[in-house]
Amino acid sequence: MSENKTLLEVKGLKQYFNINLGFFRSKLLKAVDDVSFSIRKGETLGLVGESGCGKTTVGRSILHLYQPTAGQVIYDGKEINSKESLKEFRKKATMVFQDPYSSLNPRMTVSDIVAEPLDVHHLYASKQERTDRVMELLGYVGLNSEHASRYAHEFSGGQRQRIGIARALAVNPEFIVCDEPVSALDVSIQAQVINMFDDLQDRLGLTYLFIAHDLLVVRHISDRIAVMYLGKMVELADAGEIYTHPLHPYSQSLLSAVPLPDPKAARSNKRIVLSGDIPSPLNAPSGCPFRTRCRYATEACAQSMPPFEEVEKGHFVACHRVKEIS
Amino acid sequence: MALLEVKDLHTSFFTDAGEVKAVDGVSFELDRGKVLGIVGESGSGKSVTAYSIMQILAPTGKIIGGSVKLDGTELVGADENLMRKVRGNRISIIFQDPMTSLNPTYTIGHQLMEAIMLHTDRNRKQASARALEMLQLVNVNEPQRRLKQYPFELSGGMRQRVMIAMALACEPDILIADEPTTALDVTIQAQILELMQDLQKKLGMAIIMITHDLGVVAQLCDEVIVMYAGSICERGSADEIFYQPAHEYTKGLMRSIPRDENNGQRLKPITGTPIDLLNMPKGCPFAPRCDHAMKICLTERAPRMQVGETHYSSCWVNVKDAAEHGEIDLEGGQDHV
Repeated sequence: MSENKTLLEVKGLKQYFNINLGFFRSKLLKAVDDVSFSIRKGETLGLVGESGCGKTTVGRSILHLYQPTAGQVIYDGKEINSKESLKEFRKKATMVFQDPYSSLNPRMTVSDIVAEPLDVHHLYASKQERTDRVMELLGYVGLNSEHASRYAHEFSGGQRQRIGIARALAVNPEFIVCDEPVSALDVSIQAQVINMFDDLQDRLGLTYLFIAHDLLVVRHISDRIAVMYLGKMVELADAGEIYTHPLHPYSQSLLSAVPLPDPKAARSNKRIVLSGDIPSPLNAPSGCPFRTRCRYATEACAQSMPPFEEVEKGHFVACHRVKEIS
Repeated sequence: MALLEVKDLHTSFFTDAGEVKAVDGVSFELDRGKVLGIVGESGSGKSVTAYSIMQILAPTGKIIGGSVKLDGTELVGADENLMRKVRGNRISIIFQDPMTSLNPTYTIGHQLMEAIMLHTDRNRKQASARALEMLQLVNVNEPQRRLKQYPFELSGGMRQRVMIAMALACEPDILIADEPTTALDVTIQAQILELMQDLQKKLGMAIIMITHDLGVVAQLCDEVIVMYAGSICERGSADEIFYQPAHEYTKGLMRSIPRDENNGQRLKPITGTPIDLLNMPKGCPFAPRCDHAMKICLTERAPRMQVGETHYSSCWVNVKDAAEHGEIDLEGGQDHV
């Protein structure tokens, strides 16, 4: 499926937020700190990490929902740096949001929600064309014309997420940032939506950045997976590779912590349980952000952030001691 | 005698839109020192079952039938004095969201001591010592300092530890854990699950683990109950449920989750949407979404049938299979009809 052509390249992306602590005091929150990666056309890149690691911020910064503090986003060879390039970019790159309850306007009908991107980008010539396109989009996601005139509150969580996906598909995008699109759904509905993402990818040749914290879901849908911790990317590799052969100590413990839906495996599974909590991104440790919870941390880890290097073909890791511990 | 015996429990919510049968004929037993998992999707009645046992239902909810016996003592219809002695003392509960289940205006120590002093005859000093001991038990670092802190000063995982400490302070016989790790991150979830496993071994209480995460169930539970639309569709040991699911709904659930066996393949989801509890079908509640539904599924509830040593399922497909093999063995069949 994945061709070799790079569709999206992110170089040194930084997204800092100024946190107001009151009384003229403020602090810089480094939500995303120097993250670089690329996504090939037609592939699904999974982005995993725990809450507060910056995975959602990466997705939003790529689409320039936040103005990145520094770094480049290069789409199809063109850097997104001007109003015009952004407008073009937004016709090709869209987003599906996590919460299907708050991401749909309760005062709009389904057809207006789905057609809103068409309205914004003036993508139809007549009213009939708009209606036809809406019906086509609803068809893609397994809804029908009967649903078009209803309001979002009349639908279940799974159906709402379908509406959100139809909206994301409206401009005929090539690239979709899926921000935890199945986290809010029940298991049986989750599987339906995952299959739909798969089908749409085959049918429309889409490229996904799939952000999620459910590691089993991410493995299922992704070609490659990136792991983030406290604003930094710590590992990136093929999905199979990262599951069978994780190199970064954080990825190792993260993967071993996943409760497997298999009692025998669960009994024999040697979990690497991390001590302590994730530090606040406002007070991130010096050097490697993971060192405070890492079994292998040495003094060198406190000194500098390890570079994000390719240690095996296609397998990138940011760890000073990767060679010793693997 | 089982420690907890729930028999044909019915709990309904009376709303403006009509009666919602949240729990519709649930029966199970729980023995001392066992971990029972209750799994199901949102609205399946798993939490309401737990709240009914504790009798902490919202004002619109009412237990309309059945019995809950703790050590032989009937709790349904018992007076509030008895229930107050049961809650927190014999049966404790921890909730899903550690952010909202602690009172933000009191210190951790105050809240822990309140529970201890209410249920035991310890004085302030002894209660304070016990609170400290409990925090050490649940591996809270710097416990002495935590006692004086407010909930907002603690992280999510830490707050859930405090909740567990509070629930275990009076050494209950049963701990009900209502999605205790759903709001937590994976690595923190692993910490909490390991803690619960350790404490269960150390203190020997029985646990009712309510969750929608089959992974958590596989990790922790001896026995599993699968619920759908207010009733139990299948019950058995963890191995029986995961390796030989009998009910069509359980089979569908197992096919829906991404795991090693189906990695790289298409998932086979359950079709359709969850049931509307206001418009329950007459027969099996899962029939409208079931690929193997027969005529009888639409008109009548399936009886509970023994399909393995400790394995029961309420599904007409099982009945049909057994009939074809000439080995019909209906057990407690009237429970669910």
